[in-house]
Amino acid sequence: MSVRYGLLALLERGTMYGYQLRVAFEESTGGTWPLNIGQVYTTLSRLERDGLVEALPENDGGQRPYQITGSGRADLAEWFATPVSRADRPRDELAIKLALALTTPGVDVRAVVQTQRTATVRTLQEYTRLKARSDAPGDLSWRLVLDAMLFQAEAEVRWLDHCEASLVRYGAAVPPSASPAKPAVPAPTPKEVAR
Amino acid sequence: MSGILELRDVHRTHGSGETAVHALAGVTLTVGAGELVAVMGPSGSGKSTLLNLAGGLDRPTEGEVFVDGTALGSASRRALAALRRRRIGYVFQDLNLLSSLTAAENVALPLELDGTGVGRARRLALAALSEVDLDGYGGRFPDELSGGQQQRVAIARALVGERHLVLADEPTGALDSHTGEAVLRLLRSKVDGGAAGVLVTHDARHAAWADRVVFLRDGVIVDTSGPLDQPDELLTGGTR
Repeated sequence: MSVRYGLLALLERGTMYGYQLRVAFEESTGGTWPLNIGQVYTTLSRLERDGLVEALPENDGGQRPYQITGSGRADLAEWFATPVSRADRPRDELAIKLALALTTPGVDVRAVVQTQRTATVRTLQEYTRLKARSDAPGDLSWRLVLDAMLFQAEAEVRWLDHCEASLVRYGAAVPPSASPAKPAVPAPTPKEVAR
Repeated sequence: MSGILELRDVHRTHGSGETAVHALAGVTLTVGAGELVAVMGPSGSGKSTLLNLAGGLDRPTEGEVFVDGTALGSASRRALAALRRRRIGYVFQDLNLLSSLTAAENVALPLELDGTGVGRARRLALAALSEVDLDGYGGRFPDELSGGQQQRVAIARALVGERHLVLADEPTGALDSHTGEAVLRLLRSKVDGGAAGVLVTHDARHAAWADRVVFLRDGVIVDTSGPLDQPDELLTGGTR
């Protein structure tokens, strides 16, 4: 996601000037996505160039509020209606690390799994502490952002559990001194292809 | 450091010789007042064995378990039973409550078994139910309560009177995520109030309510997760 849709969504609530947008953005993401004011103004000028927002006359305080335009609204509606593509997300370093650990001689894969599991559970504990502190009904959007991070971290732990169970089950087939030339993802044998 | 619960180099072996199974192979763990410790690990890693030993339901083959400073291994059968009634509460995934007793009677039961008068046991039970937000539910039977309410009754019973060690085995197993979270919030707040808790779970999101998470594998603790040094980095570091 880019900051632009975040700002469009905030302007859909009403007109706001740069500083207000920055504060509102950080509030709705609970500080997980800090913005600097420069990013806000750069994004606003691009949105204005594309006809998605328009600048209003300066107010008495010398601030220039922005309002969303009709095409801005249409763009925003389309963004909400479109699922986020997984293809846009960065590659999963952890999955690649484990795949390489399996085929690199002398690497204790279970130790790699456990080191990551401990770190991820620690992260989960920290998110949970934050969540335990945010009990007010007004904190809902922040709590949902936290939940997203919690569920993602939980998924990682479940995947690590799965990796470990697979290692226990199939571990013997992958000797620690496996040939370094062996590819990380072994090509299927003809028998498997036939199935 | 001494805790409400202390396991010192505890081993539990089933069978002997070549067929011996080492369910626990040298576990040392201390849980203090106000502390919730989660135990995670794959099936067969020794989680349930650890909980049974901590609750005096099973005895170690080596090592010692202390509850409130009392060594369970050298306690008489009678003293052990009394300790279990007075000090230790259990919360399981199900089979928590006796269906023929009301919520208040379920909570009062361990007190009455321990010789507390019926009237006083009932007063303590109603107070315990009130603490878990179940005012007015004392007269209901378990099947008149939701799953989440039943677990709250179980937590009230686990910590009624002088009991202050709660041993929970997958207490949120059958509950939906919101209700499960409410149960964990409650367990957390009871522990914050001065109890000690051990929570066995396979679910990392539930374990995350604990102060420490202990990872068991093949009967030994392989790692422990405590608080982060720089928690703020988590929020600002992972953004794109």
